Amino acid sequence: MDKTPMTEPRQSWTFSNSINSEIRRAADTGIYDIRGGGAKRRVPHFDDLLFLGASMSRYPLEGYREKCDTSVTLGTRFAKKPIELKIPVTIAGMSFGALSGHAKEALGRGASMAGTSTTTGDGGMTEEERGHSEKLVYQYLPSRYGMNPDDLRRADAIEIVVGQGAKPGGGGMLLGQKITERVAGMRDLPVGIDQRSACRHPDWTGPDDLEIKILEIREITNWEKPIYIKVGGARPYYDVALACKAGADVIVLDGMQGGTAATQDVFIEHVGQPTLACIRPAVQALQDLGLHREVQLIVSGGIRTGADVAKALALGADAVAIGTAALVALGDNDPKWESEYNKLGTTTGAYDDWHEGRDPAGITTQDVELMKRLDPEVAGRKLRNYLNVLTLECQTLARACGHNHVHNLEPEDLCALTMEAAAMAQVPLAGTNWYPGKPGF
Amino acid sequence: MCGIVGLFLKKDEMRPQLGDLLTDMLITMTDRGPDSAGIAIYGDEAEGSVKITVQSDTPAEAFADLDAAVCAAIDAPVEIKVVDTHAVLTLPEAKEAEAIAFLEEKGLRIMGSGASMEIYKEVGLPKDVAARFGLRAMGGSHGIGHTRMATESAVTTMGAHPFSTADDQCLVHNGSLSNHNQMRRKLAKKGVFTRSENDTEVGAAYISSRIAEGASLGEALEGTLEDLDGFFTFVTGTKNGFGVVRDPIACKPAVMAETEDYVAFASEYRAFADLPGIETARVWEPEPATVYFWER
Amino acid sequence: MAKDMATTLDMATTELREVNSTLQAAAKSKANEQYVITNARGSHAMACGLDGPLNVVVKGSTGYYCAGMNKEATVTVEGSAGPGVAENMMSGVVTIEGDASQYAGATGHGGLLNIKGNASSRCGISMKGIDIVVHGNIGHMSAFMAQKGNLVVLGDAGDALGDSLYEARLFVRGNVKSLGADCIEKEMRPEHLEILKELLEKAGADAKPEEFKRYGSARKLYNFNIDHADEY
Repeated sequence: MDKTPMTEPRQSWTFSNSINSEIRRAADTGIYDIRGGGAKRRVPHFDDLLFLGASMSRYPLEGYREKCDTSVTLGTRFAKKPIELKIPVTIAGMSFGALSGHAKEALGRGASMAGTSTTTGDGGMTEEERGHSEKLVYQYLPSRYGMNPDDLRRADAIEIVVGQGAKPGGGGMLLGQKITERVAGMRDLPVGIDQRSACRHPDWTGPDDLEIKILEIREITNWEKPIYIKVGGARPYYDVALACKAGADVIVLDGMQGGTAATQDVFIEHVGQPTLACIRPAVQALQDLGLHREVQLIVSGGIRTGADVAKALALGADAVAIGTAALVALGDNDPKWESEYNKLGTTTGAYDDWHEGRDPAGITTQDVELMKRLDPEVAGRKLRNYLNVLTLECQTLARACGHNHVHNLEPEDLCALTMEAAAMAQVPLAGTNWYPGKPGF
Repeated sequence: MCGIVGLFLKKDEMRPQLGDLLTDMLITMTDRGPDSAGIAIYGDEAEGSVKITVQSDTPAEAFADLDAAVCAAIDAPVEIKVVDTHAVLTLPEAKEAEAIAFLEEKGLRIMGSGASMEIYKEVGLPKDVAARFGLRAMGGSHGIGHTRMATESAVTTMGAHPFSTADDQCLVHNGSLSNHNQMRRKLAKKGVFTRSENDTEVGAAYISSRIAEGASLGEALEGTLEDLDGFFTFVTGTKNGFGVVRDPIACKPAVMAETEDYVAFASEYRAFADLPGIETARVWEPEPATVYFWER
Repeated sequence: MAKDMATTLDMATTELREVNSTLQAAAKSKANEQYVITNARGSHAMACGLDGPLNVVVKGSTGYYCAGMNKEATVTVEGSAGPGVAENMMSGVVTIEGDASQYAGATGHGGLLNIKGNASSRCGISMKGIDIVVHGNIGHMSAFMAQKGNLVVLGDAGDALGDSLYEARLFVRGNVKSLGADCIEKEMRPEHLEILKELLEKAGADAKPEEFKRYGSARKLYNFNIDHADEY
């Protein structure tokens, strides 16, 4: 029999299987997709930059012998008691509620051993983390869950959260599964209900009001604590300038790869700018105000390696913060739980339904049995090791560029592999002395 | 993001005090707006003449013999009052358009014009701006002041408030408009152009264009609730008084005080602390999405 | 201690930092002292962060965040209060003789905020256990996302009362211009009358519990349901 030749079945790029599965999911449930984590799409990132290193025109420092300092002091502008960190890597805000008590304890242990700070999250301060974090940053959020003056005074710094990279301009909705009795109690809410979180603070709007809010917080805490302002990577030049005008000691700038416990996928993937693109405008704002290094800049969102740390510092950051990477170091998305990820319809590395509270690794859960899987001491040591590796890698790169302090890394130490990265980081395309938008060309 | 103050005197005998009272009000709003400050003052008017306020960054050269030059260009008598970087030119009403065209051609920045309105604004702390213009000594029936914390446009003289887009009309704003780019394009299609990238200037231009199309000031302010998006508290000055409107969400602060002698507006109560009789004044907050007016 | 034994702090001659650190130290010492603050002139963050039994009287009107995060202290403003008075209060009593601006008692966890005049918008926003009694009217969006505690209003309430409400109880004697999403009128049961009676007495309010209506959460937004999506 004659067989008519046929073109092979062709998938639509526009209506891909993954897009179609989301359409079916939406049609089935009537609610947008909510998940944890940060942007999963590929965006220009630190991988697209390279260090030039030293050879003839510059002299490298000898590893192990010649000192390359990594310490950073945060809050030198107004606070009586700035925070001294041994390493330029801090742990980003993650809430008790999103994370288990054990996970918070492990973060505190690991960070303290490495000489850095951890940060609370939306849900108040727990004994686990205050007890195990030598330096603890207390987040001041729109929800004000568990907010109280005692915790404010026993914090080492206060971070006013205006926005985060996963959802600049957004509140959120945390589905009820994780709202156990303890979490609900801390948040003054009934057990098991969805939490709709506000996108603006309840008692101020805009930098002119924020300045007064900061005055109040300083008055309550005797002007001791550094005040951080955290913004999502949206309009970094203006946001950073206004945070300075409002009186920030430290600015935390979270790019679109920054994670979240739970928010709409449409927000995570479609709002905000890549971390790489946020740093230069932010630093420019600080420089224009004469405040670069006086107001410290912490950059977060997709920091994974010591190279990322070094590149962020070279572009002008004073420190970086890690969230997702810290969870992975504790054991999140570990292949040893593959069969359990499969049961949840996912696979190692792709598990992001952190809000559902069924994390096989026992980290993003309030389930008593799952929580037991995480030994806070073991996980804390892993985090310490990881933080040490990030620091060593960053130092290695700084020495190779001839710097005796990681803060002496500068944009001129870098080149870019792609036009996009060259434009966003404002460093020359490899092999040229040009980047898109460079004045004078 | 900013601080706004406004003072409307009900009694003529208080007119000499206007500048003094308004200056104290303005300076208390420094924290809300340290980048620049400005004031629109409604003072004396002469029958048939108009005042044009211009600014120059090089006033010594720009204002030397400016009156004679304008006089020659429009063929009419011109008086000039130089106040630091600003100059107020008084000339016959009928020659206003001609004079503005000439001044713009000379590269001077037009701050505003009108029968009674003069506008002074510069970059710097409110107390310094007030001092360089000698605001304390200025008299008048009413005035509006603004201290600016720049949001998304440059810290320049032209970015400072008040914005005037029609004779004797000016606008100051606290908040941030979110559809000003779209509105700017719409207005441009109608031939209404703005001079800066500032969102507030678009608000001012919107109001003036509505009035030019036949709306009353009240209707134009009502229109802002419908057509402007974002957060705003607006205070608009007119020849006879001032109007206030807040967006329906009304997050940005606003407080008013009234006695037998005056009506005052401010972003914060602090600005009222030195007003005479404030202890017994009626103090209240304007309601959201409601237009208020005080006119003589 | 008699009133004439009070220590006076004059803000015309004393910096805010000194006023607050004096008050904070006095509160901490738990000596039940009395302070009078004069020349308040709308200053911000006055008498905030007090942590202990202290009696403070403020002469004149205050700016933002007066008595913020109060614990145990009694603060009375003999004038009007600016935005965010008694924000995040934990305990104690804050009384405003005049009006209160927006965000009065925002996120308060406990204690009593007694407003003798009117309160403007967002009164009791996100409240978490505080009791607020307003003798006059309240503005729009009051008790937005209110979680716990009681809001008592002798006058009228503005638009969108109790929008996205959780478990806070709202009692209004006058008219309610409109109710926010998921806020409904509820039956006044004997236990509510009892709570109301006690609060009215504590606040020295001249009103009877029977004159009030109770509003609370319909709890329809507690767990996502596609058929209520238009309320989000």
